[in-house]
Amino acid sequence: MALLEIQNVSRRFGDFTAVDQVSIAIEAGEFFTLLGPSGCGKTTLLRMIAGFDLPDEGRILLSGEDLADRPPEQRPVRTVFQSYALFPHMTVEGNIAFPLQMSKTPAAEVPAKVQAAIEDVRLIGFGKRYPHELSGGQKQRVAIGRALVTHPTVLLLDEPLAALDAKLREEMQIELINLQKEVGITFVYVTHDQTEALALSHRIAVMNKGRVEQLDQPSKIYSFPTSRFVADFIGKCNLLEGPVTASGNGVVFIDAEGLGPVRVATGVAVAAGKSGAIALRPEKIRVAASTLNAEPDRGPEEKPDGRSDTEPDNHFRGTVTDYLYLGDVTVYIVSTPQGCKLETLLANSGAGRTKFFEVGDAVEVSWSVDAGHFIS
Amino acid sequence: MPDTSSHKAMTSRSSERFGKWLVSAPPLVYLLFFFAIPALIMVLASFRTPGEFGGLSPLVEDGKLDLNLDSYVRFFTESVYAQIFVKSVWYALLTTLFCLLLAYPLAALIARSPKKYRDLLLLLVILPFWSNFLIRVYAWMIILGPNAAMARAANGVLSWFGHEPVPLLFSSFAVLVCLVYVHLPFMVLPLYANLEKHDQALLDAAQDLGANGWQRFWRITFPLSLPGVYAGAALVFIPALGIFAIPDILGGPEDSLIGNVIKQQFLETRDWPFGSVLSIVLTVAALVLAGLAAWVGRSQLGTRSSGALSRA
Repeated sequence: MALLEIQNVSRRFGDFTAVDQVSIAIEAGEFFTLLGPSGCGKTTLLRMIAGFDLPDEGRILLSGEDLADRPPEQRPVRTVFQSYALFPHMTVEGNIAFPLQMSKTPAAEVPAKVQAAIEDVRLIGFGKRYPHELSGGQKQRVAIGRALVTHPTVLLLDEPLAALDAKLREEMQIELINLQKEVGITFVYVTHDQTEALALSHRIAVMNKGRVEQLDQPSKIYSFPTSRFVADFIGKCNLLEGPVTASGNGVVFIDAEGLGPVRVATGVAVAAGKSGAIALRPEKIRVAASTLNAEPDRGPEEKPDGRSDTEPDNHFRGTVTDYLYLGDVTVYIVSTPQGCKLETLLANSGAGRTKFFEVGDAVEVSWSVDAGHFIS
Repeated sequence: MPDTSSHKAMTSRSSERFGKWLVSAPPLVYLLFFFAIPALIMVLASFRTPGEFGGLSPLVEDGKLDLNLDSYVRFFTESVYAQIFVKSVWYALLTTLFCLLLAYPLAALIARSPKKYRDLLLLLVILPFWSNFLIRVYAWMIILGPNAAMARAANGVLSWFGHEPVPLLFSSFAVLVCLVYVHLPFMVLPLYANLEKHDQALLDAAQDLGANGWQRFWRITFPLSLPGVYAGAALVFIPALGIFAIPDILGGPEDSLIGNVIKQQFLETRDWPFGSVLSIVLTVAALVLAGLAAWVGRSQLGTRSSGALSRA
C-alpha cells in the first residue's frame, strides 16, 4: 500500500474546478513532484494534503488513514512555504524549536534535536541569528530544518526555490536530493519549473487544468510524453502534426504539415487516416550544411555522420531563419520551403567554435526514426 | 576641472540643506514659540514665589533675584499630592489595560475583515472625534444618570440581592468608563496598523508545525503585535494621566486626579509656582514611563520588530 493516497480528489471554487478527479499514490521514501503551469491545481492539491483546504470529493489517505477530520496541526505532514514563513521574532534556534515545543517534546531533549537539525541543513553557527539577518538560501535551510525536526511522515515543499537566483537554486537542488536521501522522508514537491522537476524527482505528475496529464519517471516524461501538453510543457519540443498515412512493423508514417512524410517508430498500433503528432526534441535533430549547394558532387551516401542511405532516416532541406546563442548551445530555427519551422540545437563543444550557421544558410536536417515520439 | 565639480557638488549640497531648513522651519518656529518657550517659562515659574493676589511676585525684588525651591519642598513634604499622583497613575494604568482588552479584538476583527469594509469600520472607530470631547463627556452624564436605563437596570439587579441602590454617576466607575471610552480609538488605530500588516503565511506555518489557535495567538500574533501594543499604550496612558475634564464632570470628590489639582492651582488657588511644579513632575513622570516602556519594548524585541515590520 502506498504511503500517501490521493483518491479521486476534486476541489471547486465557484465555477472553477481547481482539482479535477485526481488520483495519485505516493510511496514511502519517494521524491514526488507535482509539476504544472500556474493555475493547474498543484498548490491546491498540496494545501489539501497539508489540511489548509478540504476536498469537495474524494479522499486523502496517509498510511491508510483518512485525513479528512484532522486539522493541519494534527497531521504528521509539514510544509515548506514558498515565502519560507519564518517567525521573524524568533532566532534560527527558536524557529526550529517551535514544532518541538508544540509537540510537547520534553524540554531537555529540545536543544539536542535543534542542534541536529541545524547540522542537517548545514547552518552551524547561525543558530542565534534572526531571519532578517539571513540570506535567501539560509532562510530556505531554516524552513526545511524547521519542517524536518519533528520527523514528519511527509514533507510538502511549495515552490521552495522560486525566490532564489539560478546559481543558488542549482546548489539547493543538489542539497535537497542529498537531504531527502539522508532523512528518507517522503517529499512532495510543487513546482512550475520543469528542469527542477526533472532534476529532483523520482516520479513526476504533470498537471494541467486540475487533471494529471501524465505520471511517470522524469526520463519517461521527457522522452515519451503522452500528450501534446506534456510534450510542449516539458522542455522544448517540435510538434509535427498531420494525418497518419500508413503504419506497420512498428513504424508510423505521418504526412506532417509543412514538411511531408515523416517516419516514426512506435509501439502502438495506429490506423491510417487518423491524425497524430510527433514530438521531436531539438537536440535529436541533426543539422548539416546543405550538400547540394555547397558541394553538388557529393553523393547522399556520404552524409556527415557516415550513415548509409539504407537506414530510413527522416531527411529534409531548409534554411536557417533565426538563431539564439546561449553559450553552451546555439538554437537554430530551420524553416522548410513549405513553411514548417523546426527548432534545432547544436552544442558549441568544439574549441573556439561559437557558430555553425548564419541566417539564410541552406541546411539539411535529419533525425532517425526512433528519435521522435508518436502522440495519437 | 575637479575643483569646479566639487564646488558644484558643495553648492548643491548646501542648497539641499537650505531647502531642508526651509521646509522644517515653520513647524520648528511654531514649536519654539508655543511649546519650548512656554515650557521654559513654566520651569522658571516653578522656582518663583506666588504673588499676593495670584500670579507671580516680581522676579527681582530689592535688587535680589527671587528664586527658591519652596514649591518643590511643598510637593515632597505634603503627602496628599503624592497620593493623588499615585491614584492618577493607577487610573491611567487601568484605562490603558481596559482599552487594550477592548481594542485588541476589535483591531484584529477589522484587520481580518474584507478589504472593502475595513475603511468603513475604521471610520466608525474615529467617528466619535466628529463631535466635541466635552459634549461626549456630558453625554455620559445622561447615560449614567440616576433616571437612565443603565442605572435603573443595575440597581434593579442589585435590589434582587437586597443591596442598596448605588449611584453610577459621580463615581470612579463613571470616570473609568469615560476614560476608556474617550481613549479607545487611540489604542485601536495603532493596533490595527500593526495587525493589518501581519503575514497570514506565518499563522499557516505555525498551524502546520502543530500550533493550535491559542498557541498561534500567544506565540506568533501577540509577540509580533507588541510594537502596536506599546504605541497604543503610550497614546492612551499619557493623555489619561493628565486628564482633568472627565473627573471634573463625572467624578465624585474622591476622584480628583493630578490634572484637576494642576487646573485648581492655576485657576482657583492661583498658585502658579506650585501648579508649575505639579506640571513638571507630571511631564517627567510621563516621559520616564514612556521611555521605560520603549526600552522594555526594544530589549524584548531587539532589532527584530523593525525587521519583522519592514518584511511584513
